[in-house]
Amino acid sequence: MTAQELIQVLLFFGVLICMTPLLGNYMYKVFSGEKHFMSYVLGWLEKLTYKFSGIQADEESNWKSYTFGLLLFNFIGFVFLFLMQRIQSFLPLNPAHLPNVSWQLSFNTAISFMTNTNWQSYAGETTLSYFVQMTGLAVQNFVSAASGIAVLLALVRGLSRKTTEKIGNFWTDLTRTTVYILLPLSVLFAIVLVGQGVVQNFKPYESIHTLSGAQQIIPMGPAASQIAIKQLGTNGGGFFNANSAHPFENPTPFSNFLEMLFLLLIPAALTYTYGKMVGSIRQGWTIFSVMLILLIAGLCISLYAEYSANPVFGHLRLMEGKETRFGIVNSVLWSTSTTAASNGSVNAMQDSLTPIAGMIAMINLMLGEIIFGGVGSGLYGMVVFIIITVFIAGLMVGRTPEYLGKKIEAFEVQMAIIAILLPNVVIQLFSAWASVSSFGLSGLNNAGPHGLSEILYAYSSAAGNNGSAFAGLNANTVFYNLTLGFGMLIGRFGVIIPVMAIAGSMGTKKTTPMSAGTFRTDNGLFIGLLIAVILIIGGLTHFPAISLGPLVEHLLMNAGMTF
Amino acid sequence: MSTKLNTGFFNKKILFQAAKESVIKLNPALQIKNPVIFIVAIGSVLTTIIVFSGIFRGSFSSFNLQIAVWLWFTVLFANFAEAVAEGRGKAQAESLRRNRTQTMARRIVGKQEVSVNATELKKGDIVRCRAGEVIPSDGEVIEGIASVDESAITGESAPVIRESGGDRSAVTGGTKVISDWILICITMETGNTFIDRMIALVEGAKRQKTPNEIALLMLLSGLTIIFLLVVVTLPAFFGYCLAASGLPMSQNLTIPVLIALLVCLIPTTIGGLLSAIGISGMDRLIQRNVIATSGRAIEAAGDVDVLLLDKTGTITLGNRMATDFIPVEGVKVEELANAAQLSSLSDETPEGRSIVILAKEKFNIRGREVHQLNATFIPFTAQSRMSGVDLKTDDNIIHRIRKGSSEAIRTFIQNNNGFYPQEIQDIVSELARQGATPLVVAEDNKVMGVIHLKDIVKGGIKHRFAELRKMGIKTIMITGDNPLTAAAIAAEAGVDDFMAEARPEDKLRRIRDEQAKGHLVGMIGDGTNDAPALAQADVGLAMNTGTQAAREAGNMVDLDSNPTKLIEVVEVGKQLLMTRGSLTTFSIANDVAKYFAIIPAIALSLYSGENGSGPLSALNIMNLASPQSAILSAVIFNAVIIVLLIPLALKGVRYKPVSASTALTRNLLIFGLGGIIAPFIGIKLIDILINL
Repeated sequence: MTAQELIQVLLFFGVLICMTPLLGNYMYKVFSGEKHFMSYVLGWLEKLTYKFSGIQADEESNWKSYTFGLLLFNFIGFVFLFLMQRIQSFLPLNPAHLPNVSWQLSFNTAISFMTNTNWQSYAGETTLSYFVQMTGLAVQNFVSAASGIAVLLALVRGLSRKTTEKIGNFWTDLTRTTVYILLPLSVLFAIVLVGQGVVQNFKPYESIHTLSGAQQIIPMGPAASQIAIKQLGTNGGGFFNANSAHPFENPTPFSNFLEMLFLLLIPAALTYTYGKMVGSIRQGWTIFSVMLILLIAGLCISLYAEYSANPVFGHLRLMEGKETRFGIVNSVLWSTSTTAASNGSVNAMQDSLTPIAGMIAMINLMLGEIIFGGVGSGLYGMVVFIIITVFIAGLMVGRTPEYLGKKIEAFEVQMAIIAILLPNVVIQLFSAWASVSSFGLSGLNNAGPHGLSEILYAYSSAAGNNGSAFAGLNANTVFYNLTLGFGMLIGRFGVIIPVMAIAGSMGTKKTTPMSAGTFRTDNGLFIGLLIAVILIIGGLTHFPAISLGPLVEHLLMNAGMTF
Repeated sequence: MSTKLNTGFFNKKILFQAAKESVIKLNPALQIKNPVIFIVAIGSVLTTIIVFSGIFRGSFSSFNLQIAVWLWFTVLFANFAEAVAEGRGKAQAESLRRNRTQTMARRIVGKQEVSVNATELKKGDIVRCRAGEVIPSDGEVIEGIASVDESAITGESAPVIRESGGDRSAVTGGTKVISDWILICITMETGNTFIDRMIALVEGAKRQKTPNEIALLMLLSGLTIIFLLVVVTLPAFFGYCLAASGLPMSQNLTIPVLIALLVCLIPTTIGGLLSAIGISGMDRLIQRNVIATSGRAIEAAGDVDVLLLDKTGTITLGNRMATDFIPVEGVKVEELANAAQLSSLSDETPEGRSIVILAKEKFNIRGREVHQLNATFIPFTAQSRMSGVDLKTDDNIIHRIRKGSSEAIRTFIQNNNGFYPQEIQDIVSELARQGATPLVVAEDNKVMGVIHLKDIVKGGIKHRFAELRKMGIKTIMITGDNPLTAAAIAAEAGVDDFMAEARPEDKLRRIRDEQAKGHLVGMIGDGTNDAPALAQADVGLAMNTGTQAAREAGNMVDLDSNPTKLIEVVEVGKQLLMTRGSLTTFSIANDVAKYFAIIPAIALSLYSGENGSGPLSALNIMNLASPQSAILSAVIFNAVIIVLLIPLALKGVRYKPVSASTALTRNLLIFGLGGIIAPFIGIKLIDILINL
């Protein structure tokens, strides 16, 4: 690793840390309904939305109707997106004359974008028209991200309020998030991207003659607008198949830097917002520290693996499938960030990482996408782990465990354990099924442990709502489209519903005032403790599978075998 | 009771009984109450079936047999832990039962006494008890006064006074009247009396899982399901790897190995010890002579962060003591002491006695016989509000010495045409400001001076409160004193807050206020008027000497009637929760080592090529001898650790009054870090042993 590369990594984290309180504070104002500078610019849009949809912005509801609103909204989004793909050929803005999408792929893609996963069993430029990409996928990119934030907001209100059933208004939260946070940031970001050379047009694909005389079709389209929200909303679904490895999606080192940064920006800033909303910014920074430490630890291990001497190719770095323009560091920094945050966009192929770096990416997914994680979902997933940690360790101070003054009792523990269990069910059961069934095995491009890694990665990605793929797996089959589709559904709502139940139950509780006898959740000791619980409970359950996949591959590679 | 039964954990009889019980507890209907251990039991059955079906097919596997045996031991050890904990309670219940013999009662019907069996008594019946008779059931004394031997429930042999009216009217069925007679109105029917409930509680028959225990069980069950998933899906991944390494499917993981892995991963340690911890918490309270009506109350005690403490008896010694004589100008201090001593010679109140003692200690004025002095003792009355003596000298002049409150003496002096100096007034108000009670002494028409009567704060109580503060518990002193006096004593004792001139309804209001702020409140009480507050408090500790109403309202009863006990109760509650948390942490941390023992063992052959040792043997960092011995060592460790931790589960983790952060750091180091390291050492040692 050169000094330049080190400086870039430091700059990346430096900017991320600096942006966290700035954006976090702004989001706090937006969510709490305070006046802020954007309310002068876009206030009309918020009001218009309420008026148009008949929303009573200040009318709050209990957790059940909040959840019902969210589920209904997401279901309608799914139906629209599904139908739109099925009748794509009759819709406008389809210069490449792409045909209707098959039912199983439409099902998979609709769920994928509705759940903020953006798993893509298809290649964008050869499957979906501009119209579907813009009015279908891009819209879901916004609202699935806003849905994640809405769940988080409900949870925060449950934690910070006392003895009330009211945890907010889903429609207001959805509107404010979209209008004041996602929309302005995306517009700004898209304009910068266009400046860097990302395409944004409705032109038909261009056919050109290359220097060697061959004919090549260059896909076009409104890419910049979609890439902005793809990164910001931790969606990750590329406009083109190659995602951000495509020069039209990610043309320059600067655009690369920004895209990496924007992928972590909102999840990171939300920790600060969280701290402010629960009344202790320290609590926010504590969570931020846990996420940052886990991210950097993963990054270091991955970089070490990538730069280690390789007995197969000698001492050369493995460049196959990496982002050759920006180098190993940028490939690994992206791969670690994109799997930590539940983004899933890529600028290099995860399949081509060294086994250990691939393992880190996989562990990031398997931990439940809580290292920054998806917008909103990463933080509420983290709170689930906090509840488990506080429950186990909190007993050790001799009191009924409490978090932010709220007692953690059987119901919360039950819900938290369900939220951890369900994504695990997806990963374990579906991967096991795929690894013994002929329709599962037929999708593999690689043999040996690497093939097992591909399967594990796919279901971990679905369960964690990440959406990145280990590539190498041909997932556009009925088996994979359906199992991955259901995996994404369970991974999303199997966490959201228990979390909402926790929010509702926490809200009705009294808040115990802090004292010297309180188990502190905002100091270094707790950071260490939380990391340990995440690794032992979240990670250790996957140890057998990981040792049969990437770990054994790494050991075999050191013995001179590759797959 | 406690004195008789405090015979330690490892009483042979209890252990033998527990060993028997642990087999009886294999009954599936009982076993299913503990889901973690139930899973182990199912695993044991399956493995046993596999061993036997193997024998019938002529392929005996000693490895499978050993796994089966150790799985059974795991279940038995868990049952044993529970049985040992229950055993101690059973022994206590037995001794209680011995005291509960069939008694006859004299029921009052009209004006006659009818002899009936105690079991036929109904609520509201009136019975008479004479000296030497056993009180048939719980009740309230409505007439008479008697000394009662309550050793059957308290273990204390000195008899106590029970009388109608006031705060000492409750009597307990099964206790014995020693002298005099009383009329009792029965408040409880047989079968539901205090002793009956105590028996049920210590036996654990009525033990219900506490809220926190339920939550923990939920977590443990969740973890069990997660690990069940891991183990169930493992053969699929393994089969894939076998195919990829070109090995036959017959080498796939066998069911005994999978069960062994499962049992090692699920939290059996805490699962096996959980109910023992809960029972022993109740037990530790009983050793301190406190009976909790539910396990929930003990847990709440750990959560309490506000304690309402009565000044008298808890913070101060029961009575005020004379600490100083302050004469007026012109009177020698010896003269004052002499007068004060004379006025108190026959005063049997603790204050009076303390004056005599002080006079003796300070001025060596010895006790004199009142009748030798030709003196008449004038007792304290509510009207005169003073006491003293009339001394008849040889020349038949009567000297009247009086001591009393400043107003009373002023009236006395003025009636005798004396002068009440301003100086006295100043001393009196100064003493009151310090939290003391001034007693003015006068002889005939002359004021002699003031006796400084002081509330004596109990030794070490200030330190105790400081400890409580460190643990995050706020102490509030309740007193009937005026605010000035109360503030002075509060400052001296180091309580955080006080309530002066407090009436029972003030207590109730204060509890509600604190609860509304999110606090959990603990309090002690004895009188009937304490009952509402006792019922409202999260932990209400009633004195056994108190009224029936108070004992009913509280959720704990202190048989020693020692008000300081509340602090100990809080400590027991905290210790109980700490033990649970520590052993859970230990149990979960153990998994790391078990993975490193079992995964390399089962995956040894994968991708192995010729030499038979595959790449995953690199994970065998403990260098265990063979795959079989690695799995077996992990299973044995898993079983043995339960037995090794039984004493800890019963005694509770060491408890010190420190802040939450300090307690956490300490327990994390021991049980978290220790939980990761210990099994590495343990499994390695067992591996060496079984390969000897």
